[in-house]
Amino acid sequence: MSVTPGWYMILAAVLFAIGASGILLRRNALVMFMSIELMLNAVNLTFVAAGRQLGTLEGQVSVVFVMVVAAAEVVVGLAIIVAVFRKRATASVDELSELRG
Amino acid sequence: MGDFIWIVIALPLVGAIASLAFGKRLGEPTAGYLGATTVALAFLYALVASLKFFAGHAEPDTVHLFDWIPSLGVGADFLWDPLSATMTLIITGVGTLIHLYSIGYMHGDERFARFFTYLNFFVASMLILVLGENFGIMFVGWELVGLSSYLLISFWFTKPTAAAAGKKAFIVNRIGDFGFLIGLMIIFASFGTLSYSHVFEEASLVLNTPTATAITLLLLVGAAGKSAQIPLYVWLPDAMEGPTPVSALIHAATMVTAGVYMVARAAPLYQLAPVSGGVVATVGALTALLAATIAVAQKDIKRVLAYSTISQLGYMFMAVGAAAYVAGVFHLLTHAFFKALLFLGAGSVIHGMSGEQDMDKMGGLRKAMPITFMTMAVAWLAISGIFPLSGFWSKDEILASVYDHGGPWLVLWGIGIVTAGMTAFYMTRMMVLTFWGQSRWDEGVHPHESPSSMTVPLVVLAGLSAFAGFINTPFLPSFEHFLDPVFERFEVELAHLPGGITPWILALISLAAGGAGILYGIRRYSKVVPAESDGIWATVREGYRVDDWYGNLLVLPGKEMSEAAAFTVDAKGVDGIVNGVGGMVQRVGQMLKPIQSGFVRSYGVGVLVGSVGLLVWFMTRVL
Repeated sequence: MSVTPGWYMILAAVLFAIGASGILLRRNALVMFMSIELMLNAVNLTFVAAGRQLGTLEGQVSVVFVMVVAAAEVVVGLAIIVAVFRKRATASVDELSELRG
Repeated sequence: MGDFIWIVIALPLVGAIASLAFGKRLGEPTAGYLGATTVALAFLYALVASLKFFAGHAEPDTVHLFDWIPSLGVGADFLWDPLSATMTLIITGVGTLIHLYSIGYMHGDERFARFFTYLNFFVASMLILVLGENFGIMFVGWELVGLSSYLLISFWFTKPTAAAAGKKAFIVNRIGDFGFLIGLMIIFASFGTLSYSHVFEEASLVLNTPTATAITLLLLVGAAGKSAQIPLYVWLPDAMEGPTPVSALIHAATMVTAGVYMVARAAPLYQLAPVSGGVVATVGALTALLAATIAVAQKDIKRVLAYSTISQLGYMFMAVGAAAYVAGVFHLLTHAFFKALLFLGAGSVIHGMSGEQDMDKMGGLRKAMPITFMTMAVAWLAISGIFPLSGFWSKDEILASVYDHGGPWLVLWGIGIVTAGMTAFYMTRMMVLTFWGQSRWDEGVHPHESPSSMTVPLVVLAGLSAFAGFINTPFLPSFEHFLDPVFERFEVELAHLPGGITPWILALISLAAGGAGILYGIRRYSKVVPAESDGIWATVREGYRVDDWYGNLLVLPGKEMSEAAAFTVDAKGVDGIVNGVGGMVQRVGQMLKPIQSGFVRSYGVGVLVGSVGLLVWFMTRVL
């Protein structure tokens, strides 16, 4: 049984689903952050797999862009989480509701 | 002079505006003198301007001030001819006397100046009505006199009955105006203009008999409203709630005669519709008789005169219906004098009796109020048709002209004779109950003669009531020659008096009727005052309870309909729909409220489910 691109797609879908469930079910901001990373990388996996399948470079190029954006996001996001944690001694998103209308 | 006839309207209008603006500062009695002066100046101007008509046949003047509604053929146009001159002289002449009288009568009223504002405004409106050169201007005046009549009837508006009477007059007149307005619309549809000269000149070419009949009958509806004829007369007795000078000026001498003037003015149209003439005369005769019977039973001195006015207006309608326009306007003139005199005399009595109007509580006043008594006696004999006072000549001319038509008109003539007898009877009853016999005054009432500002107009009017008849006797019909050009201009055929010895016999019959009425009245009332309180007297006194019938037949259903519309259709139907929509939105909101949890994560589920759903949908479409 050879590993065809379809399997990569299924793996990416499973990873994405795990990430999405993490976002929706967990309350800890740090864990949610990790789930976002999981979803981003699930998408990256589809890009790479599709690029390989089609024999083009665009897929891999897109992945590089996504990684850059993700890195920048991690910097900002982690900084916010650390700042909030210092101030509130919690990372639960349900308690961070000051901006609710 | 005739080219500037608008000055006659402008003078009282200026007086009205001045006393509206500065009335409080002018105070009593200056505001009254201001009002009286403007009307007197208008009278003098009108008198000088009409000299050329007195001198002989002169061309009428048409004055065009400015275009107003050109598409309707309605401009600010005024017509100065013998008919409008007659009306103008009556309005300003009697108006001046009544303004003078009011200065005494309204003494001490806290809205003294405002009274003269309204009174001047009325005179200006009435002059607009009679001087207009087209039906549009006439309608403007028609509505303005209705407004001023309303303002003056409910002048003492803190009295609920006065406020109600004002409303009643306004609303009943509105019914008449409705017919009048439709008549004007048909005139415009037929002629394309409302100008008298066009309409009357082309009438015989443009109109067929059915259209002419429709127009004239609709005009009659308007006239019946303004001139208090069957079935729209019910407002006039209630209008007696107004101050007595108002009753004299508006509800006896001038405004109520507007219907007669209008029919006389529209004579060329009535000529084309013989049926309408008969209807007008019949309405007039029936009104004359009905109102006379009601007048017989009244206890309130002013209500006697109110029903008497309705009855006399009936005579005028009889005249103009019989194409005896000159006789109708002649009776309008003499009636203006003697009925204004009667009202002012009654006002003087009420004034002297400290506001008492019930004749049961009068009696024996002739010694206390000699001038009032003497002058009213002249008017009493004049309205009873006693030779040679003015009422005799004018009433007789009407009856003779009606008689001359023959056939069914003889019935109307008979009604006229019966009414003449009843008129003499109820006027005698009023005079005897008021001035003769024992005094039946309430304690603490000390009757006294009125001040000279009130008695001078009485004396002048008494002179006019006595001698005005001589301007148009069968031997010297100068008033007829004066008015003839108005009708000759449009080739209107006038009724004429019977020839030979007949007029003498007719005059004797009506004299006999009047004399019999007076004699019976004196016999019945001079010794003891009959109680007159049993069933039939009470019914007649309340005007056959016509007000109740109208109330039950017309007002009540109308009220029920509007209540149904307000409390069922509107409150439940229309409001129900509006409130229902609001309530539904609110209920749906309540149902959907739980979705808005405030947790981002639950919205995230929505986003996820939605995007997965879209994805699935796209994929099933592609595959």
